[in-house]
Amino acid sequence: MYFLNVLEAKGWYFLTTLLGGWPETAGVAAASLVFALIVGLFIALLRLSRWRLLRFPAVAYVEFFRGTPALVQLFVIYFGLPDTGFQPSPLQAAIVGLGLNGAAYLSEIYRAGIESIHRGQLEASLSLGMTPASAMRYIILPQAIRTMLPPITNFAIVLLKDTAIIFAVGVVEIMALARNLVTETLQSAVVYLIAGAIYLCMTIPMARFAARLERAKRAWQ
Amino acid sequence: MAPLLRIVDLHKRFGALEVLSGISIDVARGEKVSIIGPSGSGKTTLLRCINYLEKPSAGHIYIDGKLIGEAERNGGYVHLSDRELAKERQEIGFVFQRFNLFPHLTALDNVTIAPRKVLGLPREEAEARGREMLTKVGLGHKIGEYPERLSGGQQQRVAIARVLAMQPKLMLFDEATSALDPELIGEVLRVMRQLAEEGRTMVIVTHEIQFAGEVSDRVVFMDGGKIVEQGPPREVLLKPQQPRTREFLKHIQDR
Amino acid sequence: MLQLPQIYAENIRRWLPELLHFALTTLLIAALSFVVAVFIGLVLALMRTSRSPVSGGVAAGYIEVCRGLPIVVLLYIVYFAPPQLLPDIGWKWFTTLAGAVLGLGIHGGAILAEVFRSGIEALHKGQREAALSLGMTPAKATAYIILPQAARIVLPPVGNYAIGLLKDTSLCSLIGANELMNDAKSIAFADYQPMAVFVLVAGIYFAMSYPLSLCVRYMEARMRHGRS
Repeated sequence: MYFLNVLEAKGWYFLTTLLGGWPETAGVAAASLVFALIVGLFIALLRLSRWRLLRFPAVAYVEFFRGTPALVQLFVIYFGLPDTGFQPSPLQAAIVGLGLNGAAYLSEIYRAGIESIHRGQLEASLSLGMTPASAMRYIILPQAIRTMLPPITNFAIVLLKDTAIIFAVGVVEIMALARNLVTETLQSAVVYLIAGAIYLCMTIPMARFAARLERAKRAWQ
Repeated sequence: MAPLLRIVDLHKRFGALEVLSGISIDVARGEKVSIIGPSGSGKTTLLRCINYLEKPSAGHIYIDGKLIGEAERNGGYVHLSDRELAKERQEIGFVFQRFNLFPHLTALDNVTIAPRKVLGLPREEAEARGREMLTKVGLGHKIGEYPERLSGGQQQRVAIARVLAMQPKLMLFDEATSALDPELIGEVLRVMRQLAEEGRTMVIVTHEIQFAGEVSDRVVFMDGGKIVEQGPPREVLLKPQQPRTREFLKHIQDR
Repeated sequence: MLQLPQIYAENIRRWLPELLHFALTTLLIAALSFVVAVFIGLVLALMRTSRSPVSGGVAAGYIEVCRGLPIVVLLYIVYFAPPQLLPDIGWKWFTTLAGAVLGLGIHGGAILAEVFRSGIEALHKGQREAALSLGMTPAKATAYIILPQAARIVLPPVGNYAIGLLKDTSLCSLIGANELMNDAKSIAFADYQPMAVFVLVAGIYFAMSYPLSLCVRYMEARMRHGRS
């Protein structure tokens, strides 16, 4: 078959070319994950606060970022911001865009995790004379983190897959290189299938790991 | 007359574990048999084998002289599929420990769905029958309620009405009151006593020893997958012959 | 950025009708992909729960692959690969719209398969046993007892999938589909107003997804109360 001939002849070349984009893919994924973890925690704490004035912006943030496509958000940052004088680089736009988007999802994971710890734990800690802050630090958060680990891992996988769209704002990662390769060689089938295989090699092990975490968490409960 | 229920040398294995080791028992029409015994003795498994929710590893079961759950094919016996078993199960009523009411249906719909969809009764006839059964168990005023609004005792009574609406020849009770709060047990036992007095054929697996004594014609004590002792209540419960029976009853009384 | 109100006042009469027209295309893509995804998802869920190990294995493999691929990559493969692999067949009918619907549907089928499967498995085993004990055949038990309950359980996750699907249609712009995102890009660059246009388009997507998410939240709340 023609497909197999091309695969045999050019497959290795395609693979190594595409893997050249791996640092950008993994780098943006990692950087936006860190960004989202930090901003997301901040948003979650706002969301859980006692004051409506603090809660409201957090709610609006989450609704907006979860209710609109990530691609639009990226475009607003990369193509829109220059209007105000600040020109982000493609990498910056990608990291900030995916990071802000991810923060909205992570804040909900944080919130669910913290709320899932039974109220009795807080009451027991307070009865023992701990301040709310100590209770949070020594009793609630350690338990919450164990609950949140599987959904956060799943989110990391989603983030990795989302990096496949950042070529639209000019980042040269795997998909960008794939498109260039196809323009050069017209071998869309082989090239895109190899690109897909590269992603699968990353996401499938991560997904299996996340499933193992999920089982461990259920056993612990 | 042939017994209504005949069980011949029933064995059931789960993997390497043998839960029933050669159970043989006859139940006459109109007889009430209680099965008591410690957890793990195989009582529930035995009951579930009768309506083939569990498929026996060996042995045969006959209802009214007719072999059920299996067919003779190619010189041997083959278990029937759930589709083929449906017809036989119409004649056997099973009351579950956890009621298993259908939460998306009202009490009346729970009771009428099988008469309508299995027996093919028209809606008015099924509902008339359903109302009658629900009134019989004391829930005529709750026919429009969904299971979540009913107490445990009420749910179990609806489950019994649901079984009665199919007019079964044989009724099986699998620890019908074990999942109930103590104050709700009485209302279910009252219904079961009423059914017993009507002359129904009942096999009752229960922990309520006193109830078993009052209502049964025969008490069967099971342990380790075997029938250890059986007989009229005043013999098995008051003058048990076997040491294991005595030990079990003493343990119950101490609680 | 502070000039946004002015920019909108000047241009909205030109932009909005065109954008809304393409918003309809977006809804169409989403609706068609949804149908394809539900169909594929049901087939896969049945294959997964069947007793045949071949069926189960094929379904599991499909699901793992489609969930592990980024949607964009899947869209590229679905739209560009077949015409290149089999050039002899006439591909004129395979528009970007068709490719988008197929790609999104194939991906969605994998997601929904897991939703359907856990919906069916969430039901307590006792429900099936009670139905069979009353003399129902497995077919009747499934139709009257299992499926009605499973459908109720499955509705919120399916609703959430639909919301995600609506947003994911924006990715079809990357294979050249003529939907809202692509139109936004052309207007934005033609009129030199990227910020204004993209923010407006974000608003349109939000206006489409927010009512749906409110519905899903309402359904989830009802589910928590109406259970036994």
